[in-house]
Amino acid sequence: MASTAKAIEPIISAAWGKPQSWTLDSYRKRGGYEALKKALQMEPAAIIDEVKKSNLRGRGGAGFPTGLKWSFVPKDSPKPKYLAVNGDESEPGTFKDRYILEDDPHMMLEGIAIAAYALGVHTCYVYLRGEFKFPAERTQAAIDEAYKAGIFGKKVLGKDYELNCYLVRGAGAYICGEETALLESLEGKKGWPRLKPPFPAVVGLFGCPTVVNNVETLASVPAIFQQGAEAYAKLGTDKSGGTRLVCLSGTVNRPGVYEVSMFTTLSELIFDDKYGRGMPAGRKVKAVIPGGSSAPVLGADELDVAMEFEALKVKQTMAGSGGVIVMDDATCMVRSLWRVARFYAEESCGQCTPCREGTPWQTRLLRKIEEGRGEPGDIDMLSNVASSIAPYPPIGLGNTICALGDAAALPTHSFLMRFRDEFEAHIREHRCPFGDKPWGSFGDWS
Amino acid sequence: MAEPLFTSEEQKKFDAGIAEIISHYPPDRKSAGMLPALRLLQEIKGWLPPEGLRLVAKHLEVTPERAMEVASFYVMYHLKKPGKYVIDVCTNLSCSLWGAEKMLAYLEEKLGLKAGEANEKFTLRETECLASCGTAPCLQINEDHHESLTQAKLDAILAKLS
Repeated sequence: MASTAKAIEPIISAAWGKPQSWTLDSYRKRGGYEALKKALQMEPAAIIDEVKKSNLRGRGGAGFPTGLKWSFVPKDSPKPKYLAVNGDESEPGTFKDRYILEDDPHMMLEGIAIAAYALGVHTCYVYLRGEFKFPAERTQAAIDEAYKAGIFGKKVLGKDYELNCYLVRGAGAYICGEETALLESLEGKKGWPRLKPPFPAVVGLFGCPTVVNNVETLASVPAIFQQGAEAYAKLGTDKSGGTRLVCLSGTVNRPGVYEVSMFTTLSELIFDDKYGRGMPAGRKVKAVIPGGSSAPVLGADELDVAMEFEALKVKQTMAGSGGVIVMDDATCMVRSLWRVARFYAEESCGQCTPCREGTPWQTRLLRKIEEGRGEPGDIDMLSNVASSIAPYPPIGLGNTICALGDAAALPTHSFLMRFRDEFEAHIREHRCPFGDKPWGSFGDWS
Repeated sequence: MAEPLFTSEEQKKFDAGIAEIISHYPPDRKSAGMLPALRLLQEIKGWLPPEGLRLVAKHLEVTPERAMEVASFYVMYHLKKPGKYVIDVCTNLSCSLWGAEKMLAYLEEKLGLKAGEANEKFTLRETECLASCGTAPCLQINEDHHESLTQAKLDAILAKLS
């Protein structure tokens, strides 16, 4: 399809791929840290109001309004306050924060400085998933530059405000992307999520008020102060301001990270020349996961939907972390769901019974069906197990402390809703109808 | 007498590293440095030997059990000495759609190891999503990312590992 999608002026990804884009010098030449200068002349409360007006919503998965989250931090608390940056990016299909950290880390650091000043935070921890070696190197180098340039340290750009920023690397646990598990991990413990309430804004790191924001969320903050909150809000919908990054993967011609408007549809992302450039020759879309592997799957006839929180909610799915995974008509849905289910079984932290027991149970049932050993009743059993972890719809009814339970059950519910006939065919024929090619054959390893 | 855990060079690196880590946290929250401290130990020794875990626990003023609890929760910590090269192959959805399972089978054949097995030179593991879905299939060798892998590219990478 030729390019008909409305073009946008990229904000977050504008400098990616340009020489030395990750350096302070490059960032400053593009007007970097001017937003921080402006913010430092404002009252902290006014900064939070601006972020509220911008309609910025969290880019980590839940889409919570950022300004509102910031306003929950008690102003009169005698305790220190903390900012924790969530760079645990581990939701299958999601690979956007990585590019911010690698190609333009200062944009996030400027967002950190603005947020910290607004919140009365003097210590910020940037938590990156352990596997992010190269992104961590780039980010640490940027933090070092920022200290040398007087952006972090005893003063922030000459203003008497101490701000320290430390990078912490995780060690391989998807659960640590859940904000309270991240805090546990930052406290040097295994990543077991905490019951909420109390929410981290009140009782967070070391028992102190803490804001946890995603990498892309913070990288979006400087633009609000460069363009003005109203202009930033106007780029998006009534309830969701700005632009967003989406990650396109799976069977498409041109996978990658694209900055899109809140009005860009899934079908534009997959087919437009600016983005995915359609499917490989002879292939058709069968299924699309719109927001990371936990987001309920959509069928090929449901792609005319904007990749935005509210629009996807209407479809009983979610914008999540922006990970769009495309599966073509040569791909087996049972095999796909089995692989996704295995992930959640592997990553369940083991704290809550429904998730600890239910996730491997789902996996065993799916393996049985895929290997042609499925029996009548297995599909109902699978559905029952998923419902015991988290019923659906709507999203968010989970029987567990954290949303990993929902994340593990939603794929099962939605695959069964849309592709039940394929599951039934496996049981009826006592084999996978795709034979020994459940993944179709795409790429060099076909 | 048992062999000391560290050479004097390693000891210096460990002491400096631990001091730096502890300085990032409030004085009464030394134990928060557990993940970085275990990473430091693993960087020096290649894995987490029991006496190393005890040493980390001592510096962070917690029990050795606490260090073990954390070390055994996260998959990137090695509680047994791994092969010289740890190869983690992502087989999650986006990578499998680009042939990751076949790539893993190829590696198993080539290295003579099944996923989950190790010899002195290699540890081969199947791993979860590495955030390279747009450049699938991918794997990590000792934490270095390799993406958009073809058989030729993979052969060239393996040929360089001595």
